Amino acid sequence: MRLSKSWIIASKDFKVYMKKKNLIYALIVVPFLVSFLFPGVISYSGNKNGGSGIPASELTVLLPAFTFFYLILAGYLPSSIASYSLVGEKVEKSLEPLLATPTTDSEILLGKGIAAFVPPVVAILGGSAIFMALMDLVTYSKLGYDFFPNWNAAIVLFLMVPLAVIMSVEWNVVVSSRVSDVRAAQQLGILLVIPFAGIYVSGELGIVNLGVTNNLLIVAGILFVVDLLLLYVARATFQREEILTSWK
Amino acid sequence: MIETENLTKKFGDLIAVDSVTLRVEEGEVLGFLGPNGAGKTTTVRMLCCLISKTSGTARIAGYEVGNEADSLKIRKLIGLVPDNVGLYDSLSAYDNLDFYGKLYDCTETQRKENIHRLLTMLGLWEKKDVAAGTFSKGMKQKLAIARSLIHDPKVLFMDEPTANLDPESAKTVRDFILDMKNEKRTIFLNTHNLDEAQRICDKIAILNTKLKAMGTPSELERSVSGRKTVIQLEQASDAILSALKKLPIRNIVVDGNRLTIDVADPEKENSVIMDTIFRAGGHVQSATIVGSTLEDAYLNLVRRAK
Repeated sequence: MRLSKSWIIASKDFKVYMKKKNLIYALIVVPFLVSFLFPGVISYSGNKNGGSGIPASELTVLLPAFTFFYLILAGYLPSSIASYSLVGEKVEKSLEPLLATPTTDSEILLGKGIAAFVPPVVAILGGSAIFMALMDLVTYSKLGYDFFPNWNAAIVLFLMVPLAVIMSVEWNVVVSSRVSDVRAAQQLGILLVIPFAGIYVSGELGIVNLGVTNNLLIVAGILFVVDLLLLYVARATFQREEILTSWK
Repeated sequence: MIETENLTKKFGDLIAVDSVTLRVEEGEVLGFLGPNGAGKTTTVRMLCCLISKTSGTARIAGYEVGNEADSLKIRKLIGLVPDNVGLYDSLSAYDNLDFYGKLYDCTETQRKENIHRLLTMLGLWEKKDVAAGTFSKGMKQKLAIARSLIHDPKVLFMDEPTANLDPESAKTVRDFILDMKNEKRTIFLNTHNLDEAQRICDKIAILNTKLKAMGTPSELERSVSGRKTVIQLEQASDAILSALKKLPIRNIVVDGNRLTIDVADPEKENSVIMDTIFRAGGHVQSATIVGSTLEDAYLNLVRRAK
């Protein structure tokens, strides 16, 4: 497999995204909104109860769960871009000339994968950097130390988020073969948010302690296994003949 | 340059292409004719290594279609103009071509030169920075042709390149195909347009799942047995018609005083027909022998298949 070919395809997709302002907005708005919203809520609740706010012991449970929210975004954000990258090409009928070039199916799939992987990860990491800086600002007086960065946040953001984005991209490849318009692909793609939202809610309710490193590594391990399974399915779906004769 | 032997494609129980054997020499233009659903696009897709063949063999420039290692070599050697242009609408004409140039491993200098040459030849250079999505159908088709030539391929597959184009755009595309023919490229042209095929192609193949015929346009015209004799009478009458119908004639079409008669061998049959008309009291103003056209040959072969 030649990575240069995949990078050419990804670069072209980046160029296309830059022309589609709504795609850029969809990528940027939510992560940055969340980055300001959570610190804002903590700050507001701190001032509300006569300045006593949320106890430090609760904060140390809440903050990792908030970090986990970026995993939900990792399941959601790639769907808009991956569905465009694949179904958009299908709608524009530009897959056939692309498939006629001297590139392998894997190179095209990887190129499409990179194109759908990089923007959400950059948006999430950018948003989370703002989130952590602001959170430290509003919780320092209560905790007496900077909660972020820490190893658990690093595991979530640098291990679990990329794994979740890969899962979302792979899921969207599979979905793209079954639908013929971008909106339907996005709607089906977003279904992947459900398990992540479930884990997030469990963390918020204290069913799973997302502040424990081992718990995070177990979830990361599960994500990795699901990624491998979905990669197998996506690879089987993304074949020239399948695309030209079976994709709707 | 292109050879197939018993090339077959099945989709489940449906046979899309059945045992097609053909040969296109280097620098030849082959017109691939056939009704909708005849298997033309499927054949092109198999030859472009986009879909697998079920059985038979095919070779492009000596490389084996269906062989994994040869597939990339074949794709590098060929250019494809699909039936849907498939451009990136939000990218400029230049960026569309540049992207494909990179995928075909053209250097930056080659890409710049080829893009300038092709867009200039097709009258699109002034629009090089304009988004392809704003182009007219004809301009998009020209850009798709330019895309297929960005890497200077030896073999070009074109799937109905003039379909849905206005006459002027269609003529530009046809003239461009003739230019490429003069450059000795091998061209495999899927078309419904018989006139276009006759004007451009060295050979014509008629497909209706199976290959019905292949030859030069004049060979195919001659292959239709029989011709027509058109007789202009001073006054047609029932007596003349009933006398003619007693002859072993396949078909007579009466249009006022003009009779169009199918004849297998006009040199022999026409004297008998004239004699019959005179005996029935008719006066012939003119008689013309009309040869069969490519359209006759096409319709004859396709209808026979039904």
